Amino acid sequence: MAARPGVARFLARRLAQAVPTVLLIVVVNFLVLHLTPGDIVDVLAGEAGAATPEYVAMLRERFGLDRPLMSQLGSYVWGVATLDLGHSFRHNTSVLRLMLDRLPATLILMGSSLSLAVALGVVFGVTAARHVNRPVDGAIGVMVLLSYATPTFWIGLMLIVLFSVKLGWLPTGGMMTIGAGLAGPAKLIDIVHHLILPAASLALFYAAIYTRLMRASMLEVSGLDYVRTARAKGISERRVIYGHALRNALLPLLTVVGVQLGSLLGGSVLVESVFGWPGLGRLAFEAVQQRDYNLLLGILLMSSLLVIAVNLLIDLLYAVLDPRIELA
Amino acid sequence: MTRLALPARLTAALATVCLLLAGAGVAASQPRAGGTLTIVQGAEPATLVSGVNTSTFIGTVSTKIHEGLLDYDFDLKPRAALAESWTVAPDGKTYTFKLRRGVTWHDGKPFTSADVKFSLEEVWKKLHPRGRVTFAKVTAVDTPDANTVVLRLSEATPMLLAALSSYESQVFPKHVYEGKDFATNPATNTPIGTGPFVFKEWKKGDYIRLEKNPSYWDKGKPYLDAIVIRIIPDAAARAAALEKGEVQLGVFNPVPLADVKRLTALPTVKAETRGYEYFAPMYMMEVNLRAEHLKDPRVRHAIMHALDRKFIADNIWFGFARPATGPIVSSSPFYTTQGVPQYPYDVAKANAILDEAGLKRGAGNVRFKTSLTFPPVQPEIPRTAEYIKQALGRVGIEVELKNIDIATFIRQVYNWEFDLTQNYLYLLPDPTLGVQRLYISGNIKKGTPFANAAGYENKDVDAAFGAAQTEHDQGKRKELFARAQRLIAEDLPTFNLLELSFVTLYNSKLMNHTMGADGPYGSFRDTYLLP
Repeated sequence: MAARPGVARFLARRLAQAVPTVLLIVVVNFLVLHLTPGDIVDVLAGEAGAATPEYVAMLRERFGLDRPLMSQLGSYVWGVATLDLGHSFRHNTSVLRLMLDRLPATLILMGSSLSLAVALGVVFGVTAARHVNRPVDGAIGVMVLLSYATPTFWIGLMLIVLFSVKLGWLPTGGMMTIGAGLAGPAKLIDIVHHLILPAASLALFYAAIYTRLMRASMLEVSGLDYVRTARAKGISERRVIYGHALRNALLPLLTVVGVQLGSLLGGSVLVESVFGWPGLGRLAFEAVQQRDYNLLLGILLMSSLLVIAVNLLIDLLYAVLDPRIELA
Repeated sequence: MTRLALPARLTAALATVCLLLAGAGVAASQPRAGGTLTIVQGAEPATLVSGVNTSTFIGTVSTKIHEGLLDYDFDLKPRAALAESWTVAPDGKTYTFKLRRGVTWHDGKPFTSADVKFSLEEVWKKLHPRGRVTFAKVTAVDTPDANTVVLRLSEATPMLLAALSSYESQVFPKHVYEGKDFATNPATNTPIGTGPFVFKEWKKGDYIRLEKNPSYWDKGKPYLDAIVIRIIPDAAARAAALEKGEVQLGVFNPVPLADVKRLTALPTVKAETRGYEYFAPMYMMEVNLRAEHLKDPRVRHAIMHALDRKFIADNIWFGFARPATGPIVSSSPFYTTQGVPQYPYDVAKANAILDEAGLKRGAGNVRFKTSLTFPPVQPEIPRTAEYIKQALGRVGIEVELKNIDIATFIRQVYNWEFDLTQNYLYLLPDPTLGVQRLYISGNIKKGTPFANAAGYENKDVDAAFGAAQTEHDQGKRKELFARAQRLIAEDLPTFNLLELSFVTLYNSKLMNHTMGADGPYGSFRDTYLLP
């Protein structure tokens, strides 16, 4: 697809809009976090099981928590503007490094479960739509309802009990075999081996949503004039479905995937906890509990940047899938 | 009928579990070299040294890498570690430690008395949350030669010898930390110690890997090739990993107590309750003595009588707890029940006391309303809170439950915004270290965690603890603590409900994992795996 002059302008405008959005996100996140009672020093003292007033005061001073809130906010915003996300006092390392350490694991889990969910959703959605109100449709409907209604962490635990504890086929958790010193293809296979259960548990819930969405969308599209025209031309049902109807029916799915990508970062907390997967969701969750503000702000900032980027990409994809949509 | 039968059956089942526990952890076979031990824990440690942050999750890892001058047997008697021998002057003001020769740090540099001096002066005394108190009276640390350390004190500190474990007072390498800020030093994430295991790798959020120290001073040890600490945040997943044998050890209640029976029924999983004597966890309710009604000692007595603590211990804590008899745990050498008032379960008496206190039942049979604040750090805590709400409801006290996370809990309670709390606290091997902080009036300090949040003031209690702090004579100290126990049990500024037993779950192939009073914080140099 040739680049249209509109695309560059569209991108420039959207990026310009993103700047105040990000700033607002940073400020609001910062203030909301500091409104929660208790700070990292309370948590550290709690873990220590003892603390003298001098110790508590020393920690607050070290972490800069004794400064006025606005001054803390100012230096944080300045830090972000200069691409410095600060220091995690709990982990005693830079926030950026902590996040980058976890990012690959998150992307692997997110990418594979989302692809799996979309693939399953499209296949089952189209199948259900083709056999609407027949037993196949009914069976798919029941499956969808089940996986939609079952809590993700419970599915995860049941998969562990079945495939790890009872059958012994897959590991109960973690991301790779520890200390095996694998490299190359062997390492890849090892990671996939560990990935199957968490990706499947996470994908099931989203696959259920996408199946329903695809089914409804396909039914709607197949009643449209252009599909009837395609059929009238006498092309095979297969080509009608996959060549004509599916392409348009994908648009609503795309919208939902875009919206959910952001929540998948956070929604994976439970799955990451159950499977001990070293992802960002858990890091964020622990940062909340430990009042590790810098770390949490960093993760929130990164998630919001990701959501903005994904939505931009989706808008571009709309135009590719449906040439009637203009970028403006 | 069934309601009566169930607890009885449970008790019988637990008795079996306890019998099984009795013989656990004792090596019946020859130690075998080799193998990797995988330990599971629920949260990631913040760093890998216990010098500043003394959290459990750090301690379990750090104590394999670092050592202390001493360690402790099950009766809390000190044993040689980095110090080969030690003497205490009769007045208790001079401590001389002879250090082990031929010990090297993991980077090859020799370990000397300068390292001990540095650790005490720069870390234990300055940065450690309890070390500041423990070593407060140390005025000078002399190092006459590379293998001798002499501590000179302005006043006797009888608890000092109880505080030199590899967890409480880790010895750090001076050459690594000197001249830099200790707490933010990157070396705290890649520690260098003298211990049997060397830090190798930390994959954040996943695992930490330690390997055998080939030049460890105790020749032939450790037996294990490596220790891996795996982080699994979900309790049910931890249980699955133990069941499958992927992990061979979980400490500090690795699974909810409700699951312990199911797991120990498996042939491969066993339980151990020893190894927590050092911590002495006490399950307690702190009371805000500034609150209306609760400031009346009669009301506090009535509340104690209204609680069936045996029921809580057997049913909510599945027998891994027993009713406490006072402010000091029964495993302490200073424990006494002589002259210490007891408050057996007696609803009629509780009601009578409340009537006598002039608290008439009003609308809905309620005498007064109060609240109970607690953090859900263990699944048994909210259950206990629910029981307390029911039990106090029966005597006309309406309790509002406030279940809040630990950071909020500490902020609210230690800024005195509470009526009643529920939590467990470590009372530690010496009452001066772990008990006195809750009761002396000098510790009524707003914003300081685990201080005297009740606002309790009793001059006699202050005097007893004050004298015991510097009393070198063990007999006199015992008498002072006995007096404190009697006074506190009479006033009831805090409800000491239960002495908790923590549980270690381990694979039946794992031997010698619990070797002293601070079992999970042992060095694991004697630990081995059967084939």
